[in-house]
Amino acid sequence: MTDRQLAILDILTNNSKATAKDISSMTGIGEDEILSVIKDYENQGVIVKYKTLINWEAAGREEVRALVEVRVTPQRDFGFDNVAERIARFPEVKSLSLVSGGFDLSVLIVGENMRDLANFVAQKLAALEEVSGTATHFLLKSYKEDGEILAGDDDIRRLPIVP
Amino acid sequence: MTSMNNKNRDIISDRVRNLSPSGIRKFFDLIASMDGVISLGVGEPDFHTPWRIREAAIYSLEKGYTNYTSNYGLLELREELSKYLANRYHIDYLPSSEILITVGVSEGLDLAMRAILNPGDEVIIPEPTYVSYNPCVTLAGGVPVPVPTYMENRFQVLPEDIEKKITSKTKAILIGYPNNPTGAVMPREELEKIAKIAEKHNLIVISDEVYERLVYKTESVSFASIKGMRDRTISLGGFSKSYAMTGWRIGYAYSNSEIIEAMMKVHQYTMLCAPIQGQMAAVEALRSGDSFVEEMREEYDRRRNMMVTGLNDIGLYCIEPDGAFYTFPSIKTLNMPSSEFAEQLLIEEKVAVVPGSAFGSSGEGHIRCCYAVSPNEIEEALVRIDRFVKKVQEKW
Repeated sequence: MTDRQLAILDILTNNSKATAKDISSMTGIGEDEILSVIKDYENQGVIVKYKTLINWEAAGREEVRALVEVRVTPQRDFGFDNVAERIARFPEVKSLSLVSGGFDLSVLIVGENMRDLANFVAQKLAALEEVSGTATHFLLKSYKEDGEILAGDDDIRRLPIVP
Repeated sequence: MTSMNNKNRDIISDRVRNLSPSGIRKFFDLIASMDGVISLGVGEPDFHTPWRIREAAIYSLEKGYTNYTSNYGLLELREELSKYLANRYHIDYLPSSEILITVGVSEGLDLAMRAILNPGDEVIIPEPTYVSYNPCVTLAGGVPVPVPTYMENRFQVLPEDIEKKITSKTKAILIGYPNNPTGAVMPREELEKIAKIAEKHNLIVISDEVYERLVYKTESVSFASIKGMRDRTISLGGFSKSYAMTGWRIGYAYSNSEIIEAMMKVHQYTMLCAPIQGQMAAVEALRSGDSFVEEMREEYDRRRNMMVTGLNDIGLYCIEPDGAFYTFPSIKTLNMPSSEFAEQLLIEEKVAVVPGSAFGSSGEGHIRCCYAVSPNEIEEALVRIDRFVKKVQEKW
């Protein structure tokens, strides 16, 4: 990856609404080049999706999230991959990673209420043959998400005119 | 107010009374009375001090570090600085006697002037110039001698212009690159020419390098690293701009031990030491702040591009500044004084800029726009400036 490509991705990471014109005025790279870099990355699956970070709590939507620690018996030839991919396909699962330490898969699940999530864990996740155990931690409050501080005043207090 | 002034006539010293008042005071009052102002008149980063640095200061408070430090500053900080200078510029300064921690570069500048100037000594200063330089020289009994610089030369000072101003009374040259307000950076070859002049006429060079970390597509040169300049230079640096630490008020000076000793003498009687919390935070900044500095610099670089492109599109011609976070576009085509431009722009479009005249008479015909402002604000400010410029042009 070149510095120019990195700069384009870096800007989009923080602002998926940035247009080719915006990026061009920030980097001096021509709009055509920017559009073609973006298109290539979209085709290659490097750019996966354009998302918006929303503070759902502030928006007033009820949502329950839980972090589930899953212990898995790895399968011969496949290790953790088959089970992980299978779990990943459930729409309730927002993110999933294989981790080191006392358990194997770290699974973030989202639902409308606690009962939904409890049912999902009991009936789908824990019921999988390869899953040997789960521990579910409901998220109580989010302070930071995707690098953005959600709670608290983080204003810059500057003097408007300084020589 | 008149009666106050009359009463004060006998109380305030001539020296202070004759200092020219700051050219931006009235903008301050105007902005305070308005809502929705986008200010490009700021002079500091729009980032918080990185959390690791803030956290180090909090920890130091918890541990009870609340005392005076050595007059020179914390030895730990001077040692870190010594390493930093060796790594970045390949210059060696002893932590024990050649580095002094100051209350920002502002104090360092004042100390430098008071340490070296006798009454009537002249200090050559390229202009447009940061607003503190002339008053600091005057307050120390010296005489500032301006050397104008021009946009045609990218606001770099011409060494021959400096030499023309040298008299038997010239004691020092005071330079500040990357420059506030112009954003100019001096290339190494030009600095070498200034070094030759300093050597030939036996002058001290005071080099304010507070923006040294904020250069774009060019090299940052410490004047002291130029051959023969180590002991002739008083270098001033700080944490404010690099690490977004303006409010901490921590700067430093490095020079030969004779000069540092003299500066320390003034510092110990007037300031005693820089605040310990800021010094401890600065230690952490040097140990872990590097990646943050680079991140900020990249972000400024993008905004710089936005601002330069936008202003040139509007017809306010500006060169691409090589350093700091200011652009200094020309408003000469509009035929109005910069202070009037700034005032009208603020009143009509609620965008604050600093008139170029605040930085000396050769700053007239320009305005200073800071791009340490969010991209959204830059975009909106450019729309408003464009509208304002068109309105002014229509009035012709």
